[in-house]
Amino acid sequence: MKQISGNKLLVKALKEEGVEMLFGYPGACTIDLSDELYKQKDISIILPRHEQALVHEADAYARTTGKVGVCLVTSGPGATNLVTGLATANYDSVPLVCFTGQVARHLIGNDAFQEVDIVGITRSITKYGVTVMNRADLGRIIKEAFYIARTGRPGPVLVDLPKDVMAELGSAEYPKTVSIRGYKPNETVHVGQLKRAIKLLGKAKKPLFLAGGGVNIARANEAFCRVVEKTQVPVVTTIMGRGAIPTNHPLFIGNLGMHGAYAANMAVNNCDLLFSIGTRFNDRITGKLHAFAPNAQIVHIDIDTASISRNIHVDIPIVADAREAVTKMEEYVEACDTQNWIAEIRSWKEEHPLTMRSKSGALSPLDILEEMNRQFDDAIIVTDVGQHQMLVTQYAEITEKKQLVTSGGLGTMGYGFPGAIGAKLGNPHKDVIAISGDGGMQMNIQEFATAVLEELPIILCVFNNEYLGMVRQWQKLFYGKRYSMTNLKAGALSRRTEGQEYPEYTPDFVKLAESYGAKGIRVTKKEEIAQAFQDARKNTNTPTLIEFIIDPEEMVYPMIKPGGTLEDMIMDC
Amino acid sequence: MQKGMKKRWISLYVENQVGVLSKISGLFSGKCYNLDSLTVGTTEDPTVSRMTIATVSDDETFEQIKKQLNRMVEVIKVIDFTDIFVRMKEILYVKVKKCTAADKTELFQIAEAFKAKVIDYGHDSLLLEFVQTATKNDAVIKLLKEEFQHIEVVRGGSVGIESISIMER
Repeated sequence: MKQISGNKLLVKALKEEGVEMLFGYPGACTIDLSDELYKQKDISIILPRHEQALVHEADAYARTTGKVGVCLVTSGPGATNLVTGLATANYDSVPLVCFTGQVARHLIGNDAFQEVDIVGITRSITKYGVTVMNRADLGRIIKEAFYIARTGRPGPVLVDLPKDVMAELGSAEYPKTVSIRGYKPNETVHVGQLKRAIKLLGKAKKPLFLAGGGVNIARANEAFCRVVEKTQVPVVTTIMGRGAIPTNHPLFIGNLGMHGAYAANMAVNNCDLLFSIGTRFNDRITGKLHAFAPNAQIVHIDIDTASISRNIHVDIPIVADAREAVTKMEEYVEACDTQNWIAEIRSWKEEHPLTMRSKSGALSPLDILEEMNRQFDDAIIVTDVGQHQMLVTQYAEITEKKQLVTSGGLGTMGYGFPGAIGAKLGNPHKDVIAISGDGGMQMNIQEFATAVLEELPIILCVFNNEYLGMVRQWQKLFYGKRYSMTNLKAGALSRRTEGQEYPEYTPDFVKLAESYGAKGIRVTKKEEIAQAFQDARKNTNTPTLIEFIIDPEEMVYPMIKPGGTLEDMIMDC
Repeated sequence: MQKGMKKRWISLYVENQVGVLSKISGLFSGKCYNLDSLTVGTTEDPTVSRMTIATVSDDETFEQIKKQLNRMVEVIKVIDFTDIFVRMKEILYVKVKKCTAADKTELFQIAEAFKAKVIDYGHDSLLLEFVQTATKNDAVIKLLKEEFQHIEVVRGGSVGIESISIMER
């Protein structure tokens, strides 16, 4: 029988898995694989400028296409640079298969050049990880890796490839089927349990849907929307669940949690049935646990058994894929009488609306988001982490043709820009807008080179307030305005604040963009926002960076203190 | 022990692969679960290992431990031994050193009382082997520590299997 090298089998496997794009960075231990990839045309290879950005790009590609993101990096530092990205993908349930080079088997354990135990390092932040120690196992392991990554609760899988295993000749067969005795993802829904939950829904006076990221990941949005409309039960979402139903839908209340809308948090506080789908009740949404949904019975649908009844006690647990469950629900649900309840929620909305409260003259982040909502209706919005992220999750309209991509679980600064690159590569016909702070932007700024070379017309909005704004916000509210380590203009301890002039902010983002061959625009006034977006849309060959100069005193409200309750909600200062 | 905390046992079938033990023990350390004892060995099927795990936890944490173990790809089956009839024993060796003749006589009596074996014998030392429940082994260690100055202890951790018919733990 024909024998081929491990490297050739891997390329064959990628094709059979339908991989169209691979994010790779080369090195000594993967040079043979790079050579094999050079000889083929079916898979596009993207060369980012740093492995951390690489894995974020694959991550956003996966989130926005529904396909598995594929990474290839070398051993040692190439592999360790994946760590943050793997943890990001793991928390947000993103399917990735990451191939890492490894030194030859006889060198493993010798502290060889560029050797690390990457499977050991990443054990707690991957869904599965394995080193291929025998050429005969290679095909099976790759097949299993793709299967594990995309099924059940999706997640990152790491496959470590010793150089000599990959050079060895062996079978050219790539398996067609998978059978893993310890891994049988749940593919059905327990109808009896679901009916019990629906019965509760029918009896409730104040029922409320809570949709998490699971609804978006399972692409259950349309079915969920139909269930919502049929039952007339209002909806709150987590930030990962934003867009589960269109945000302009009359039954959508808002996001709950630390920076959630007042009405959304009040609804959770007052509901008598919380029907939750695809959320893990993270501390950022629950606040103090005993005060969370105190009057409610709780139904929880989740694909991951371990997410159920972990943080809060659940009355009816249902282990199922969100789409399976919601589609089944459609058959059984009936209209609920929610008119009074909806009126009550409306009164909370009127009491503390989440409206664009623009101040005259000064450039407010909300003006920018409002303009973005107005100008883009077929778009992917990718955020970084911090104040701008919370504002986007509060104010960005996510309607049918829009998607929000954000590092919700791990909160990884530096995600936004590479995330936008991955999203655009996977969705060339959609507008892709990255929103970042000046801090996060600098954490993966080298990716300008990737974006320019790939001719990606993404729009990068940098909200420059010269500070690490979210930490500053906590310092302003809870630490007596001691802005330690957050002033990006002055340096760690703001020594220069005593009578001395600050130096110019560095870098000059506009010049920086231009130096990479991208377009740079600086916006300092409200009136310039619309034009800046229009100019950016006209630039169809390179990225456009729009630097918005923002007042550092801009805050994100409302806010519930960490570990606090609704009574601690700060509405405005 | 805090309220609701009690000792529980899990029997675990896992893939007999490199790194699985580390993954299981890493779960306990990473999530701050108590790990009282863990034993592992291969089964009649060389591709499968079986572990017996003892942990001290409250009900909720224990539920979570079982779920977290279940979702691991390498874990084939999780059996909760808490409320089923099982046979469970632990091996314990105690070496008693610097014994007088009277000490030795006493040790033989202790061995008889605890159904232990004296498996090795030197001119001033004795090696005892106990195969009994971990709780009884705790009691033996406590007793020997009180009675003798120079003891050396090694214990294997409990191994357990479901009973066939006998209603005994």
